[in-house]
Parts: sequence; C-alpha cells; structure tokens
Amino acid sequence: MTEAARGDVDVDGAGIAVSLREVTKTYDNGVMALGPIDLQVRKGELVSLLGPSGCGKSTALRIIAGLEAPTSGTVRIGSRVVNDVEAKDRDVSMVFQTYALYPHMSVQRNIEFPLKSRGMPRDERATRVREAARGLGLEGLLDRKPAQLSGGQRQRVALARAIVRRPAAFLMDEPLSNLDAKLRVQTRAELIELHRRLAATVVYVTHDQVEAMTMGDRIAILDRGVLQQIGPPQAVYDEPANLFVAQFIGSPSMNTIGARVVADSEAVAVELPGARIMLPAPTGAAVARAGADDVVLGVRPEHVRIDGGQLPATVSVVESLGHERHVVCRLDDGTMVIVREAADASPARAGDAVGLSVPSEHLHVFDAGSGRRVAV
Amino acid sequence: MREAGLAYALVLPSLVVFGAFIFYPFVRNFYLGFFRTPPFPGLPKKGVGLTQYREVLTSHDFLNSVKVTVLFAVYTVPTGIAAGLGLAVLAHQKLRGIGIYRTIFSSTVATSVAVASVIFGTLLNPNVGLLPWLGLQTNPSILQNPSWALLAVAITTIWQNLGLSFILMSSGLQAIPDELLEAAQIDGAGAWSRFRNVIVPLLSPTIFFAVVVGSIFAFQSFGQIELLTQGGPTKHTNVLTYFIYTTLQQQQDDGKAAVLAIALFGITLLLTLVQMRLLERRVFYAR
Ligand SMILES: Nc1ncnc2c1ncn2[C@@H]1O[C@H](COP(=O)(O)OP(=O)(O)OP(=O)(O)O)[C@@H](O)[C@H]1O
Ligand SMILES: [Mg+2]
Repeated sequence: MTEAARGDVDVDGAGIAVSLREVTKTYDNGVMALGPIDLQVRKGELVSLLGPSGCGKSTALRIIAGLEAPTSGTVRIGSRVVNDVEAKDRDVSMVFQTYALYPHMSVQRNIEFPLKSRGMPRDERATRVREAARGLGLEGLLDRKPAQLSGGQRQRVALARAIVRRPAAFLMDEPLSNLDAKLRVQTRAELIELHRRLAATVVYVTHDQVEAMTMGDRIAILDRGVLQQIGPPQAVYDEPANLFVAQFIGSPSMNTIGARVVADSEAVAVELPGARIMLPAPTGAAVARAGADDVVLGVRPEHVRIDGGQLPATVSVVESLGHERHVVCRLDDGTMVIVREAADASPARAGDAVGLSVPSEHLHVFDAGSGRRVAV
Repeated sequence: MREAGLAYALVLPSLVVFGAFIFYPFVRNFYLGFFRTPPFPGLPKKGVGLTQYREVLTSHDFLNSVKVTVLFAVYTVPTGIAAGLGLAVLAHQKLRGIGIYRTIFSSTVATSVAVASVIFGTLLNPNVGLLPWLGLQTNPSILQNPSWALLAVAITTIWQNLGLSFILMSSGLQAIPDELLEAAQIDGAGAWSRFRNVIVPLLSPTIFFAVVVGSIFAFQSFGQIELLTQGGPTKHTNVLTYFIYTTLQQQQDDGKAAVLAIALFGITLLLTLVQMRLLERRVFYAR
C-alpha cells in the first residue's frame, strides 16, 4: 500500500476524533464488506467517504457508530477504544439517508430526544433545542410532526437532532440524496457552513463525487471494501493513486488509453494507437524503473486539445452543454477520448478527422497489470 | 343508473345472508325475551313485556356472571398482549437461530381451545398433574378451588392466545423501520427507552386492535370453561356465555337465555365503543 492510500495522519493519536485500524467486516452471509481499512479523522475535519454502490461506505460508518460490530480491528472515538462500547454511549450522532425522524414526535421532541435520553435538565434542553432550531431555520415548525414537513425541512430536523448534542463526531450517510437537485446544492453549502461554524468532525458518506470534492477537507475513496486513496480533493484529483480513483473522480471521467512502452538508450516513449509519444524525462525514468511493458495512459478531458496534434482521431459526437462542449473522439483502434473545451472553441463536427495533443505534464501513467500509478 | 342497479344486484346475496343469519335471529332474540318460558313444556308461553328483562338483568346470578366475565377479560387481555409483545421484542433480534424461538412462540396458534384445555386440565389434575407432582397442591384442587379456578382458566386462555398475540405484535414490529431504532440507539436511548419511546408508540395501532378484538374474544370465551370447570365451583367461573348455555340447554329457558344473550351483546358493544373513544386518542397513526 502506498503512503497516500493509508489513512495515517498522526501516529500518537492526539488530535484524532475517529480512527479505524485494520478494521474488517464480514457479514453473517459471508459477504466481505470491508477489507482491512485504516482511517484517521482529525478533530474538526470533514472526511468524505466516497465510492460506488455496495463498496462498504455505510458499513464503515455503521461500524464507527456502533450499529455494526467489526469482524476484526480497532475502532477509536477520540483516544478511547470503543469496540465494546454500545452505540448509545459512543458520543457520535448520525444523519440517516431516510432521516429516521420519530414519526410520532413533534419536531421539538425529535430534536430534544438525544438530550432527554442523556438526562439533561428540562430548561437546558429547551435552550439547546431553541438554538439548534434557530441555526437551521426551524423555529416556526417545532410543533409539527415529520409527516407535515417537506423533504428539505425533514432533512434539517435530522441535522438539528444531530447537532443539538455537540457530539465528538457527526456521521452522515448520504444525507442529501433524497433532496432534489436544487435543494441539494443549497443544503450542501449550508452543511459546509455548519461544519465550519461548529468546528465539527464529520464523516460524510456519499457516492456523489461532486459532493465529496466540494465538502471534504479530505476524501477517502473506497472500492469493494478497500480504501483506494485518501487525501485532499485536489491532490486526489491531480494525482490519483490508481486507475480506479482516476476514473471515479472527475466528470467526464479521465480518458484512458492502452499503450506499449518503447525504451531506447536516450528516452522512454509510449506507443499509442496511431502515434508515439515521448515521455518527459522523470516520468520516463519512473516507467523504466517500474519495468512495465504495458501501461495505461490517463489524461483528463480538459487537458486534451484538438489542435492538429500528433494523435489522429475521428470526432464521433459533440455534446454542447452551453458553457462548454464535450467532444467525443475515437482513436484508430476505437478507444474513446473525450475532449472538454470551451463552448466557443474551434468547431469540430461529427465525422471530422482531427489531431489531438496531450501536454506531457498532464499525462498520468498507470501500470496496466496492477492499475497502480507509476510514481514519478 | 344501470351501474347502480348492477351494484345493488351484486350486494343483494350478502344482504340476504346477513338478513337470514344475523338480522332476523337478532330481532327474533330480542322478541323472545318478552316471553316467559312455562315451567312445564307444552304450556303456552306468556308475554310479560319488559318484566323478564328487568328480573334477569337485576338477578344475583346475572350480576355475578358479569363480574366473572369482566374479571376474566381483565386477567387475560392485558397480560396476553403484554406477554405477546414481550416475546415479540425478544425475538426481534438479528441473532443466529432466532427463527427457532419464533416458531416456538407462535406454535400455540396451531392449538385449539380444546387442545389447550386438555393440556392444562391434565397439568392441573390433582391426581396425575404437574402441580401436585411439584408439591404445589391446593385443597380443594385448583380447578375446584373458588380462589384459583378463574385464574387457572385465564392462564390456559393466555397460553392458548399467546401465539396469535406474538404473531400480531411481531408483524407490527416488522413494520417499524430498523433505522428508527438505530437512530434512537445513537441518540442515547437504552433498550427500555427505545421500547417506551419508539416501539410502543409506533405499535399503538396494533396494540389498540389487540385490546379491542381481545376483549371481544374474552367476552365470548366458552370452550375452556366448558372443558375445565363447567362454570364452577359454585359459579365462580360462570361467564356470560356459559350462563347462557346452561340456561338454554339445561334449564330449557329460552326466554331468559334470550335476555342474557341480548345483554352480552349490549355489554360487548358498549365496551367496544368505550375502548374506541378512550384508546383511539392515544393511538398514533402514521400517514
Ligand atoms: N446486513 C447485511 N448483511 C449482509 N450483507 C450486507 C449487509 N449490509 C450490507 N451488506 C453487503 O455489504 C456490502 C457493502 O454494503 P454497504 O451498505 O456498506 O454499501 P454502500 O457503499 O453503503 O452502498 P450504497 O452506496 O448502495 O449505500 C454490499 O455488498 C452489501 O450487499
Ligand atoms: Mg450505503
């Protein structure tokens, strides 16, 4: 495992709010939902857990919450090992995808419930509930039942219920996925504000990469129960640790082109369908060191240019989004390459034969066998 | 218009059935109560108007029977529901092998009143039963004991209804989303608090249904009385249905039996209406 793929940030554990060490989970039915994963979340940090459906995001979150016991490994909240601590005593709060509001309780009583469960005196409870409700614009709704609220309002109540207690960590499992697109963008911004204002530690599960990128101080990408990479969004975008991350992050996703390595005495080049590209010296050296014959080249759509470059291609579809265009091209062997360009760029049309160029500083090289990035 | 005609035509058969088997006997029963049955068969019946209603409904035997019936319901209904709910909550866990317990708990659904009565009759039998064997012998024996007989019948009934109660409560529990209980757990609620603050309120429609239907069942129980105590000792288990039965079958007094039957109907109806009014306000219906 590379340095970047590990969740380590702090060896002695100070300043860590949530930590998973070598945690695995195999369900009773034999499904191995979580490979050994290591994840450290700092105090006040928002970490997005991102990955495709079924990759184990919810499982990881539920293990932190104490709703599911890990098969092996250590879970810490703060510096305390909580493997044997019940969910109710873990000092975390959770926002569920379906909100899980108590349907028989008013908004007021819903928000109050976590305080009441912990035996907080009545007047202190009232103050806290009022504060939380004010912070989320729920003052006028306190007497309503959840059934009398809109989706967005329910979502706020769920948030209010989570923040009212000021726990060590907030766990959120796709809290925005039941909102419509417009409300989702708005609520996303509010969540970020809330996170800043409260300096709250948040583990935020989503399968939406835009959400993960915009919200996370760091994002952790999971695939089939295995942590692929963790780091600040820009770092993950700029230097994906492997092909999975490269293609999962970014929209449209990174173009990948199979290539053969041809090395001679002076330089290392790669042979693509229809062209040969010299690799810049450090990359070339790294590729030579890795000793791979077959590699996969990755290049982001915004980095490919249609400028009569040396890579021959045919335009197959032009998708115009108003502010930008996605030009879908095919290389000689049929490999698809998407070019993202400004709406007013040179008007390529379907059927045109064009030449593409790829700036070598934006070229990512992955080992074709393992999918791992060839580190420079 | 033609559709309405068709609708009436389709309803007609059930109307005929209801009329023949429910409305007519009911009205006829009410009417029978106006006639005193002669002391010797063959003599003409004598119309006495409401006199017989007044006599029967104020008689000591009737009041005793009402008391016994109400006690029987009080013993069986809340306990039966509580036991079913308790077992349902216990069995509502994701544990390996919990299915075996579910099967055991619901097994009494497959036992009839007769089977339950025979089992308990044997267990409580002073000569071959379990209690005497354990040294828990009362004198007179339990089913002949004025202090214990009704309780013994009640326990038999609770046991026999436990399976149904368990299944009813289990299905109610299934309908509560797991996430609500998980949310409560994270909100710091222990098992008891989750039960009180989440499970019971959300189960209240089921519990309400069980109380109403259970009470009606309790007021109409007959088989276990007939098989275990025959209303005795000295009418201590003489519930209304049994009272009606003996009045009709042994005393052949159909006038008095008719009055008792009307009374049972009236009491059951009243009880149901009262429960509907009182309990319904405390029931939470999710929309
Ligand atoms: N209670 C369970 N019993 C058995 N298998 C389970 C259980 N819960 C989840 N799984 C399996 O574990 C794997 C991971 O599930 P998990 O719910 O963590 O995925 P996820 O990343 O949250 O997916 P999604 O984005 O669809 O919510 C899946 O293959 C799922 O089928
Ligand atoms: Mg999930």
